[in-house]
Amino acid sequence: MTAIRRRIAPYFLLGPGTVWLVLFFVVPLYYMGKLSLNSGVLGENLHFDWNWSNYSEALSAYDTQFVRSFLYAGVATVLSLLIAYPLAYVIAFKAGRWRNVLLFAVVAPFFTTYLIRTIAWETILSDESPVTEFLHAIGLAPSGHILATGSAVIAGLTYNFLPFMILPLYASLERIDVRLIEASKDLYASATQSFLRVTLPLSAPGIVAGTLLTFIPAVGDYVNAQFLGGTGNRMIGNVIQSLYLSQSDYPSAAALSFVLMALIMVAVVIYIRFAGSEALMGEEAR
Amino acid sequence: MNAESTGTRAWRWLREHAVNIVAALVVLYLLIPIAVIFVFSFNDPQGRYNYTWVGFTFEHWAHAFSREDLTEALLTSLKLAVLATVISTTVGTMMALALVRHKFFGRRLANFLIVIPMATPEVVMGAALLSFFLLIGTFSLGFETLLIAHVMFCISFVVVVVRSRLIGFDRNLEEAAKDLGASPFTTFRLVTLPLILPGIFGGAMLAFALSIDDFVISNFNSGTTVTFPLYIFGAAQRGIPVEVNVIAMILFFGTVAAMGFATWQQRRAEKMTAVRPEQEEEIAPRPVASAA
Repeated sequence: MTAIRRRIAPYFLLGPGTVWLVLFFVVPLYYMGKLSLNSGVLGENLHFDWNWSNYSEALSAYDTQFVRSFLYAGVATVLSLLIAYPLAYVIAFKAGRWRNVLLFAVVAPFFTTYLIRTIAWETILSDESPVTEFLHAIGLAPSGHILATGSAVIAGLTYNFLPFMILPLYASLERIDVRLIEASKDLYASATQSFLRVTLPLSAPGIVAGTLLTFIPAVGDYVNAQFLGGTGNRMIGNVIQSLYLSQSDYPSAAALSFVLMALIMVAVVIYIRFAGSEALMGEEAR
Repeated sequence: MNAESTGTRAWRWLREHAVNIVAALVVLYLLIPIAVIFVFSFNDPQGRYNYTWVGFTFEHWAHAFSREDLTEALLTSLKLAVLATVISTTVGTMMALALVRHKFFGRRLANFLIVIPMATPEVVMGAALLSFFLLIGTFSLGFETLLIAHVMFCISFVVVVVRSRLIGFDRNLEEAAKDLGASPFTTFRLVTLPLILPGIFGGAMLAFALSIDDFVISNFNSGTTVTFPLYIFGAAQRGIPVEVNVIAMILFFGTVAAMGFATWQQRRAEKMTAVRPEQEEEIAPRPVASAA
C-alpha cells in the first residue's frame, strides 16, 4: 500500500501544475503554429491551408526589425554585464554587513511597475533634462536629443533587465572559495592575474545564466522601444503586438512569433555550446 | 614634495577603491528612476503631462484614490495578483516537492516543462495564448483569461524558488517526527511546512510581484478588463496622471514592508533549525534512516 502510494505520490504532486502548463503553454503554442499557417482574416474567412507563405512574407517584410531586436538586445546584454560585474563583485566579496542593503538596492527597481520605470527614463532622457544636457556638453549626445533614438532604447533595455544580470553573477561569485583566490596571490599572481585566471573563470556559470536571463526578455521586449524609441527603432515585439492587437493580421503575427522563438532557441543553443567549451577550457587551464 | 605624496596617496586610494566607487555608481543608477518616480509624485503639473517639474504639492498623495478608473484598475490588479499567487504557489510548491523528494519516470521532462516558459519571451507567450483563446472560443477575453495567463507564467518561478529552499532541507527532522509517532500529515503540518514556509513565502512574493507588474501578456489577453499596468499604458498617450506615481510608490513601500516581514520570518526559521543540534546531543545517538 505505502509502496504504491510512494510511487504515485510524485505524479499526484506534479499533476495540477503539469496540466496547467501543458494546457496553457504547450497547447497554445500548437494553436499559434496552426494559426501561422492560416489564410484570410479573422471573422471573415480565416481558414487553415498550410499557408507557408506567411512565413516568407513576414520575414521579408520585417527582417530589419528582427536584426534590430537582436542587435539592441545584444548590446544591452554586454552593457549589463559590464555594469553588473563590479557591483556583483563588491556585494560578494567586499560588502560585509552592507550586503543585504546592496541586494535590496538591486531588486528595488522590481518593486515599482515596469511601465512606470520606463516612463521615468522618458523623463530622465528628455531634451530638457540635466542628464541630456550633460551628455550634450561632453559631446556624447551631439544632436542634443537622446529620446527617440536607438541609444535610448538600449539604455532602457539595459536598465530594466540589469537585476537579472546582477543576481546570478552575485550567486556564482559568492560561491567561490576565497582560499583559491588567496592561493593565487600566495603564488605571486598580481591582482589582475588572479582576477583573470581564478575569479573570472569561476564566475562563468553566473555570466552564462545572467546573459541568458537578460538577452531573452530583451529580444522580445517592446515596451522600451514603444516609450523610448522613435518610429525608426521599432523592435520585432512592437511588430508582433501591433499585428495582433491593432491590425488583426493574426497569421503573420503568429508566424513572426514562431520565428522569434526559434531564433532565440538557436541563439541560446549556440551560445551554450560556445560558453560550455569556454568553461571547459577554463577547467583545463586550472 | 608634500603635494606629490598627497597626489600619489590619492591615486593609490582611488585604485584601491575603484571597484567600490563603480559599484556605488551602479547602485545610484539602479535607484535614480525610483527617485524620479517619487519626486514626480509631488509634482503639480499644469497640463496633462507629468514630465517637467512645476511645483511641490501634497495634493495627489492626499487624493491618491480620487480617480475611479485608476482605483478600479488597481483593485482588479490586486484581486488578480492575489488569486494568481494563491493558485500558482499551491501548484508550484507541490511540483517542487515532487521534484526534490521523489525519483520518478518523466522527471527530466517535468523539469524541461518548468524551465521552458521562463526561456520564452513574454510576447510569444502572450501571442500564443491569444491564438489559443481565439481559436477554441470557449473563453471570452477578460479576468478569467488574465488569471489563466498569470498563473501559467508564475508557476515556474514559484517552483524554482521553493525548490532551492527544499534542497537544503534536513530530512532527519521528518524521520524524527515519524519515530515519535507523528502521522505523515502531522509531520508535514508541524515539521515540514514551518521549515519550508519562508521558501513558499518567497515564491509567493515573487509570483505576486510578477503578476501585479505584468503588462505584455496581459495586453494580449485582457479583452476590455483593465489592470494597473494596462491603465498606465492607455494613459501614456493622453498624459499620465500624477496619482499613478503616488500609487506606484504606495506599492513600492508595501513591497518593501513585505520583504522586511519575509526576512524576519526567515531569520526565525533559521533560529528554529539552529537549536536542533544541541537537542540532538541530549538524546542518545541512534541510527536514523538516511535520506536519499
